[in-house]
Amino acid sequence: MTLDAPATSSHLNDSPGVITLDNLSVTFGGRPILKSLNGDLRGRAIGLLGPNGAGKTTLIHTLLGFHQPSAGTARILGSDIRGEANQIKSLIGYMPERDSFISKMSCIHFVRFMAELSGLPPGAALERAHEALFFVGLGEARYRNVDTFSLGMKQLAKLAQAIVHGPRLIFLDEPTNGLDPPARSRMIKMIREIRDSGQANIVLSSHLLRDVEECCEEIVILKDGRLVVYCNLEEERKANKKFLMLETRGDLKSFVEGIGSLGCECAMTSDHRLKIILQDGTEIRDLYKLAAASQVQIRRLTYKRDSLEDIFLKAMENGSN
Amino acid sequence: MAVLERSYKRYAGALSPEWSRFLIIPRHAFRDVFRSKLFTGLYALSFMAPLVFAILIYLRHNTEALAIMKLSVVNVLPIDATFFLTFVEIQGWVGFFLALLVGPQQVARDLTNNGLPLYLCRPFSRSEYVVGKMSIVILLLSSITWVPGLILFGLQSYLEGWSWFSQNIPIASAIFLGSLVWILLLALLTQTISAWVKWRLAASAGLIGLFFIPSVFAAILNQMLATRWGNLLSLGSLIRSVWAGLFGTFVQQAGQVQRMRGGVIVETAMVEPPLWASWLILFLICALCLWLLSRKVKAYEVVK
Repeated sequence: MTLDAPATSSHLNDSPGVITLDNLSVTFGGRPILKSLNGDLRGRAIGLLGPNGAGKTTLIHTLLGFHQPSAGTARILGSDIRGEANQIKSLIGYMPERDSFISKMSCIHFVRFMAELSGLPPGAALERAHEALFFVGLGEARYRNVDTFSLGMKQLAKLAQAIVHGPRLIFLDEPTNGLDPPARSRMIKMIREIRDSGQANIVLSSHLLRDVEECCEEIVILKDGRLVVYCNLEEERKANKKFLMLETRGDLKSFVEGIGSLGCECAMTSDHRLKIILQDGTEIRDLYKLAAASQVQIRRLTYKRDSLEDIFLKAMENGSN
Repeated sequence: MAVLERSYKRYAGALSPEWSRFLIIPRHAFRDVFRSKLFTGLYALSFMAPLVFAILIYLRHNTEALAIMKLSVVNVLPIDATFFLTFVEIQGWVGFFLALLVGPQQVARDLTNNGLPLYLCRPFSRSEYVVGKMSIVILLLSSITWVPGLILFGLQSYLEGWSWFSQNIPIASAIFLGSLVWILLLALLTQTISAWVKWRLAASAGLIGLFFIPSVFAAILNQMLATRWGNLLSLGSLIRSVWAGLFGTFVQQAGQVQRMRGGVIVETAMVEPPLWASWLILFLICALCLWLLSRKVKAYEVVK
């Protein structure tokens, strides 16, 4: 993905990305909210991060067709949001951030109604509404009126209506808002299950870094309406496995020479501490063998990796610079 | 049922035709509407007038029944345009009260509970939403206005014969068109008020006010200026003129009044506004309602 160059179709692979942003800008009352966003997002679960007012929800709403772009466009699963809005809407599910439901309806009636609006025939809609409510854990409460639900149950009902029609892409806007820790864990587990099923892609907007880190493979960070960071967390995790921090005891000279002979870069940060960049084909087990041969004790071995919080804070600093 | 397979899976079955999806809204709304005993009772009562009118038509053609009741044919109402106009007027006002019970809550409820994003994130447009909501009122009111009206017309044609039917076909079209104009107006007004006034009672009061307050102003204006043009302010007068025009009973000159002007008594002719003016005002009201609805029926309001 490129942040600077517009991601026109010529830049893309043959298969359409989940979301392709092409110079997308949105203006409200002359005030720019989203500023020339570009990118090709392809992950199974994409995290949308940013401080309050960064434009996360506006981006989701624009992709859903609620707001018209003032310039540029975006494509969802290959369909343009400007000309193929209805086609896009038949492929997506949306869980809004705020409390959203149809009052005076039982939960099963509500979810069935939403399924029918998505185009499912009444019979299939009812069947899938039952399935969706059992899936989210509201099976026992499905005949209760949605108005009487607790906040956590309403979140689950919102998730059920977002997935009842089996969409290919699901937008989840702050899905863990207001949930207690066990409910949050259940919600995260469900999101991961949907992701791992391979049946749907997920866009998760949240200000909770832990939620995004636990669910997402790709993250996009917005700040002041600009896309400041795109990061593939999976690749980042794989790449970070190559950076090791070792705390040792014993004579390091032969050990360091041995590491060099393995083709790995090594730097001593103190008498007992080493930083190592592993080469492809070198395993950690080789280091242990070498340490044993050099009569060096490895007391601690850690991966040096940027946490999502580091990435986020760096993005905020860079953005403000 | 596959509720035990608790895993996410896509839907790959058949879809309902896109054109018919707006009908999902009234289908689900009727469940809620008929849960109210007050509404169900009033709805049942609204079929009293068609029943009475059907009896009158039957009596007109049943000499034996008239003999039993010791009535002659001349004592029974004549079955003509005025007869059907009276029917449309009665049912129209019954429909107004039904619309008052059903209409004001429809959009307001979705706006209060942020339900609109749930509709509009689906392959369901804003216009389909408005048409769907309007069709709740349209279908309900159709069932008590032009549908029984045409059944009565059919009954009269059956009893009177082919020649009556062929001579009075314009009455049938007047029943249909007159009712439809009224129903559309009520549907648009109720949905617009519902979209702008979220509190149901206030919305109902607003709808009543919209019909009766301008009528009072119209009456005052007519009295002060010795004119009938004030009727253009009154929705009731407007629709009555339109109905009369459709049934062919519209009389533009409604009489004369005597007024003192410079110490001299002057006779002034009371002339009703022309029919085209009534149609135009109704059209403008409908256009205004559509514009107001388009401003309010959005997934999210953007504060500029």
